[in-house]
Amino acid sequence: MSRLNDANIKIALEIISHYPRPKSALIPLLHLAQEQNGYVTREAMVHLGELVGVTSAEVYGTASFYEMFRFEPVGKYLVNICGTMSCALMGAGDLMHHAEQKLGVKAGGTTADGMFTLAHAECQAACTEAPTLQVNYRFRYKVTNSDFDTLIDDLKSGRLSDEIPSHGVVARIRQRIPADRGVGAIAPELATENPAWMNGKAAL
Amino acid sequence: MDEWKGSVMTAAIRYPHATGFVAGDRPKIVTSRFEHADSFTLERFLATGGYAGLRKALERAATDVHEEVKSATVLGRGGAGFPAGTKWGLTPQQVFPKYLVVNGDESEPGTYKDRLLMECDPHQLIEGCLIACYAAGLSQCFLYIRGEMALAQERVAVALNEAYAAGYVGKNILGSKFSVDIVLHWGAGAYVVGEETALIESLEGNRGMPRLKPPFFPAANGLYGQPTIVNNVETLANLPWLMVNGSEAYTAIGTKTSPGTRMVAVSGHVKNPGVFEIINGTTTFRDLIYGAEFCGGILNDNELKAFVPGGGSAPWFTADQLDLPFEASQVGPAGSMLGSGAIMVMDSTTDIPAAALTLTHFYAHESCGKCTPCREGGTWLERILTRIVNGTGTEADLQQIFEVGAMICPGDFPNASNEKLGLAAVPFPYKMTTICFVGPSAFAPLHSAITLFRSEFEARLVKRISIPVTAVSTPSAVLA
Repeated sequence: MSRLNDANIKIALEIISHYPRPKSALIPLLHLAQEQNGYVTREAMVHLGELVGVTSAEVYGTASFYEMFRFEPVGKYLVNICGTMSCALMGAGDLMHHAEQKLGVKAGGTTADGMFTLAHAECQAACTEAPTLQVNYRFRYKVTNSDFDTLIDDLKSGRLSDEIPSHGVVARIRQRIPADRGVGAIAPELATENPAWMNGKAAL
Repeated sequence: MDEWKGSVMTAAIRYPHATGFVAGDRPKIVTSRFEHADSFTLERFLATGGYAGLRKALERAATDVHEEVKSATVLGRGGAGFPAGTKWGLTPQQVFPKYLVVNGDESEPGTYKDRLLMECDPHQLIEGCLIACYAAGLSQCFLYIRGEMALAQERVAVALNEAYAAGYVGKNILGSKFSVDIVLHWGAGAYVVGEETALIESLEGNRGMPRLKPPFFPAANGLYGQPTIVNNVETLANLPWLMVNGSEAYTAIGTKTSPGTRMVAVSGHVKNPGVFEIINGTTTFRDLIYGAEFCGGILNDNELKAFVPGGGSAPWFTADQLDLPFEASQVGPAGSMLGSGAIMVMDSTTDIPAAALTLTHFYAHESCGKCTPCREGGTWLERILTRIVNGTGTEADLQQIFEVGAMICPGDFPNASNEKLGLAAVPFPYKMTTICFVGPSAFAPLHSAITLFRSEFEARLVKRISIPVTAVSTPSAVLA
């Protein structure tokens, strides 16, 4: 049941077509699977293996290396609190402590209602805005304890559902290469000479 | 093509724009559009000279454009600082196709400039990619964005869709013979993928583990075994300006060895943390930390204790090094590196062992596990340091940190000079037993912290109870 559905198979094939080798599409496809089910299921990994022509073990081998892929259900909202240096200097430790109190789970845990998973994260590239957190990879900057409480209440009431999709969806917009505009993937065996514009003359 | 114009775009517009960026009254090469709230749209880009650099490039022969970039000495902004034009020239002449891989997997602690460049001016990056592909004869471009950067992925995807529709990317760009596809690719959370060979492995759909180099550098043997150029986002973002204004105008900014500008993020205990585009080579750390146009001093007017000059991997500096300029040829001999342009400031209230632990934890956590000294050593360092921070470490633990460190980096480890402690500088770089820099990076903050602030670690160690000899009722003959 948790193989890719028909709509997603179409998207998957389109993504694969962008690359010279199908296996290159694996990480985007794993994201697609996670988008569909909220986490990466075993069946989805088997399916992705079939789509890109590798074994399901190889799919799992790649997937298990990367932190964003989850292999068990997580909360609808994954709250990642950064704990690397700049955030730590600006009070990330206290924020994490407060978050654990507020949600009633330890870092790494999921609330009983399945709404929130709290996690400790590494540098999120927003160091001047410390302490920061990401909810399903959407930033919140200079987070105070009361900001955190408001955020959790807003997420619970659904006030932020426009801005923050449920776990699994990262970018809500895909690149589409129009058939009449795209050059097509260039595999090593397809190009045997310099590109046309490398003839010592101006291209325009 | 209308699917991106709905609620997604309104949500993306509502998002805080260029948070952290401080414009200031300085020359702007890559951040010229950041002041506009709609800087990421094609309309704004075209209204502010967008794609003019591409047009200028296409009006010249590719080799000519390559020469222009070479003579401007555009240094790589990812950390190593290798000139982009020279890198392009390292690919073998008679092997095809060649690829461009754009490194947008920015994850170095303290660094964020690529994220802003992708979120605020995605078209500038696309234009830069196209100029690089044209000049170096690269057939396809892969734009690899860090997995956690959702907004950057959305903005670049929208920009690419717009650019394809308007004829700036794809077949016969601007009606010329130049045709190239830019494919948006995104990661899934792994710091090590910022290393160029690991990035290529990841792009091939594998675990992101670095490849052994030498013998093969990506320029000769990269993606699918083909010649591949890996360039940082900021490096490529410099190219459109360079094409419009020429290499002479570019080298007129900054110093001879470090021309142009650089984006630097200053965070931690400062009054006004921010991301700044600074003049390369002349701006000093003192300017950045204390200057009114930059951070304006230390938080609560405390004393400066130490600062990280170039991202989490860099050995630390103290007040003794404040007057060094942002110039690799001076920072290297002084015992550290500029890295990816990230300064993290620690004031006098900082608990140094705990601060070092956050970084050592980061590198231990992010080790890919390929090289034993990093996989085991990083974890050991983290465990030993955790013991010390928790107050259960011993003198032997402090010693063992250096023994483990010596297995990752044999020989002298770079450190800054310190007048008070009577330390002389040990220049960068170090020797290493690992393929990439993640291993040594786990040791770097610890080495600096212990060398410069040893007493703070010693104060945390378990105290042995010393019993005065006179109190023991032992015959003095036995004691002698």
